[in-house]
Amino acid sequence: MKPAAIDYARPASVADALSIMESDVEAKVLAGGQSLLAVMNFRLARPTQLIDIGSLAELNRIFDDDGSLLIGALRCHRDLETDPLVRDRLPPLAEAARHIGHIAIRNRGTLGGSIAHADPAAELPALAALLDAEIYVDSRQRGRRVYHAAEFFEARYTTLLEPDELVTWIRFPTLPADAGWGFTEAARRHGDFAIAGAFAVVELTGDRRLRRARAVLFGVTDRPWLIEAVELTGRVAAPDIWREFATAAMAELVDTMEGAYRWRVAAGCLARAFERAAANARAGAHE
Amino acid sequence: MSDIVVDLEVNGVRYERTVPARLSLADFLRDSLGLTGTHLGCEHGVCGSCTVLVDGRSARSCLLLAAQVSGATVRTVEGLAESDGSPGTVQSALARHGGIQCGFCTPGFVVALTELVAEGKELDEEEIREALSGNICRCTGYHGAIAAAVELTGPDPGCAGCDQECGS
Ligand SMILES: Cc1cc2nc3c(=O)[nH]c(=O)nc-3n(C[C@@H](O)[C@H](O)[C@H](O)COP(=O)(O)OP(=O)(O)OC[C@H]3O[C@@H](n4cnc5c(N)ncnc54)[C@H](O)[C@@H]3O)c2cc1C
Ligand code: FES
Ligand code: FES
Repeated sequence: MKPAAIDYARPASVADALSIMESDVEAKVLAGGQSLLAVMNFRLARPTQLIDIGSLAELNRIFDDDGSLLIGALRCHRDLETDPLVRDRLPPLAEAARHIGHIAIRNRGTLGGSIAHADPAAELPALAALLDAEIYVDSRQRGRRVYHAAEFFEARYTTLLEPDELVTWIRFPTLPADAGWGFTEAARRHGDFAIAGAFAVVELTGDRRLRRARAVLFGVTDRPWLIEAVELTGRVAAPDIWREFATAAMAELVDTMEGAYRWRVAAGCLARAFERAAANARAGAHE
Repeated sequence: MSDIVVDLEVNGVRYERTVPARLSLADFLRDSLGLTGTHLGCEHGVCGSCTVLVDGRSARSCLLLAAQVSGATVRTVEGLAESDGSPGTVQSALARHGGIQCGFCTPGFVVALTELVAEGKELDEEEIREALSGNICRCTGYHGAIAAAVELTGPDPGCAGCDQECGS
């Protein structure tokens, strides 16, 4: 349970990190290490070199822009969970972070690491895909590119990222004032990866009809699974519509998911996330 | 492959050592420094017994390389006792509430609790259970550790909760 021998570099700037990445495509970026070092301990990964970006303070910053939060790749999960700015401007992001592992894991694991790692059961990639966050990526060869999170996750642990590209910033749009959000996840124990989970966002019109309802499921397929409830647009957001909708929306997954149990758990999470989002949207409309 | 010079402070003492890049902080503490209070259970972040404080924040020393913490300040369970070696506040509370049996998980609990107490927030039992969920204990059934945490993070009992004569 020890990693194989490696080389180690600790670049002093993003530019230095990009140079090393260009010259050694077998090298791996080390951010929080909460996924990479675990798989290296099992020798499931044997990179030649680790490029430790953990101390690049330039990527550990957060900016409150108009209608979005711009967050450096090295912001740790625990800081996203507890930061008053995040809790105020984008509470689902704080909630997503809170459900990752345990405090000691969240103190080290980073936003950029979670996005690049692309675990299909991970909370942050799912929320990024739902909100269609912008993922800023830098490399020496191609300069800066911006990916849309809704298209970024291709499969289990697989993204559009090229081996020489570094995730540097993520821009999360904040929610409209009249939107409600809901989150649920089912895990065997607190802190475990989810069996399944869902985020939903519901926007209502003045007379409490659905303007837009969308959700993402995680832990269910090989990537965040997006759902847009177009057929519900204009309907009254009664609490009992969601179960039926969730069951119908997930019908196409019945054969692809292993086990009826996981399917039922996921459908339950999806319905509950929508229920909570709609209730929050109604509560917001009262204010 | 490459050796790395690490220069860090552990429990108030500064060390400079040349180590292989792949050496974990846990193995560095245990094998290079002889600080065997930090225990290794699972070596993939799940059990919590290897938890230490790095610059005041809890971290799994099995999921950190010694190289990564060069320049940092590390505290292990050995650094959380009183200066005369007697048990610190957190250790005493764990012992008093029966939160210790075989002791394998204990260093991790002491470190996790120390961080919680240092945050200075009043926590209810639910929040405490969540905060300690990253520490697995196979002996005690957790009630002792939770009770210790309730005492340490609950409302300050003030003088009513104290039987000492301090004169204030
Ligand atoms: C016990 C335990 C429980 C966990 N539970 C959960 C959970 O419930 N939900 C969850 O989502 N996660 C969970 N995690 C994993 C999570 O904590 C990790 O933080 C996250 O998956 C990776 O972030 P990191 O910063 O640690 O990345 P690292 O481990 O350092 O890197 C992961 C991968 O991403 C690459 N990478 C990292 N940063 C960048 C970057 N900026 N640009 C390009 N590539 C990069 C690395 O090369 C590597 O391939 C858990 C981990 C443990 C140990
Ligand atoms: S040995 Fe590090 S968490 Fe188990
Ligand atoms: S006291 Fe034995 S594992 Fe906790």
